[in-house]
Amino acid sequence: MQQLFYFIQKFRYFLLFLVLEIIALTLTIKNHSYQQSKFINSANFISGGIYNQVSSISDFLNLKSENKRLSEENIRLKNWIEENKQIDINKISTHIDTSKYHQKYQYISAKIINNNYSKRNNFLTLNKGAKQNLKIDLGVINNKGVIGVIKNISKNYATVLSILNSNSRINVRLKKSFHYGTLVWNGKDYNVAQITDIPRQAIIKVGDTIITGGKSAIFPEGINIGVIKDFKFEKNQYKEINISLFNDMSALSYVQVIINYQKNEQKALEQNNLYE
Amino acid sequence: MSKLIFRNIVRFILLVLFQVLVFNHINLFGYINPFIYISWVFLFPVRKSKSLLLLTSFFLGILIDTFSDTGGIHTAAILTTAYFRLPILEMVMRKKDFDYVLFNIRNLALNKLFLFISILTFLDTFVVFLLDYFNFSDIGSIISNTILTSIFTILISFFGILLFTKKHK
Repeated sequence: MQQLFYFIQKFRYFLLFLVLEIIALTLTIKNHSYQQSKFINSANFISGGIYNQVSSISDFLNLKSENKRLSEENIRLKNWIEENKQIDINKISTHIDTSKYHQKYQYISAKIINNNYSKRNNFLTLNKGAKQNLKIDLGVINNKGVIGVIKNISKNYATVLSILNSNSRINVRLKKSFHYGTLVWNGKDYNVAQITDIPRQAIIKVGDTIITGGKSAIFPEGINIGVIKDFKFEKNQYKEINISLFNDMSALSYVQVIINYQKNEQKALEQNNLYE
Repeated sequence: MSKLIFRNIVRFILLVLFQVLVFNHINLFGYINPFIYISWVFLFPVRKSKSLLLLTSFFLGILIDTFSDTGGIHTAAILTTAYFRLPILEMVMRKKDFDYVLFNIRNLALNKLFLFISILTFLDTFVVFLLDYFNFSDIGSIISNTILTSIFTILISFFGILLFTKKHK
């Protein structure tokens, strides 16, 4: 016993270092697995509050580009309404069966108060949280494309697992054909992401548009992601399909969070399949 | 004595705020962000009891990690740096015993100070990128990121220390 005390006394500095280092490494490993650690993330009220204050000051700097983005989105939506009106005229009569009508998606506007894109594993912080009905695993987009998936929430803030993260896996497909793949990021250039698992029978060309696949319950189908920049075809397999993203991930401000009302239903059904 | 504690508390807060609000968003050439928070390890008073440096470094690292959503990467890195500070200082000064109370980092010769800062910064950034990539197949990216980030961190902390600390006579 005495020797044990003597040992601790002699090596207490090293032991303290070891204990603290193990805590730090545990936090790191937890952060690399899908579930982020519950406390050490920027969704808490101190860091969230500070980021919120700072972003309210720096907002003035990107008002101009933000206005431009909004007006672009307005034009797109107005055109879309006009296109659909044309179809309505050709119809003789319309009736909506309200009993079959279910709203599937709802969009909530939020603002990015902390943006990261230069690390290997990037997270963003949003200025809305559990109070505004946000939950873990909701998709985050803006009018140009996909941004990420909510990973952690607190009362007033949320952190988003960016598509620029080694843990990010998003189901995507080619716009022109129904061949599905997975969007990943190799950590090199924040404007370029990669697609894996594209079947070899798919015909792809440089310049093809990539959209979300809608196979998961997180993103609706058809949200823009980017265009194919280059790819290699080796040994009858597609390799290194690079996608240049529509979104400039370094300049994000207002985003939309997608709530899927039928998510639980879909998840429960898929769970049933697993146990049969 | 209380002046020393007060000065260290202010330095602690300023380093955290400057790191997370300014230096995490510099993105020089697209991706280089200097880690100025390690100046904490350079500037912490050299004393016989070394545990206080480890504990304060741990809390500084946790704060930086919380703000930048990096898990425990910066904590692990700054702890390693803090642990090896004294051996490296002894190596740079080429002597084993020095006056702990009167020791001041600014009294080092400039080339020795630069060497001391450089070794510790390389150590810190290497641990950061090693844990961030977490994959030995990315060793090229780890080394290139370490070198580039270190260079800018060394320059900024070296001139920062020269500008913002007083030389004791």
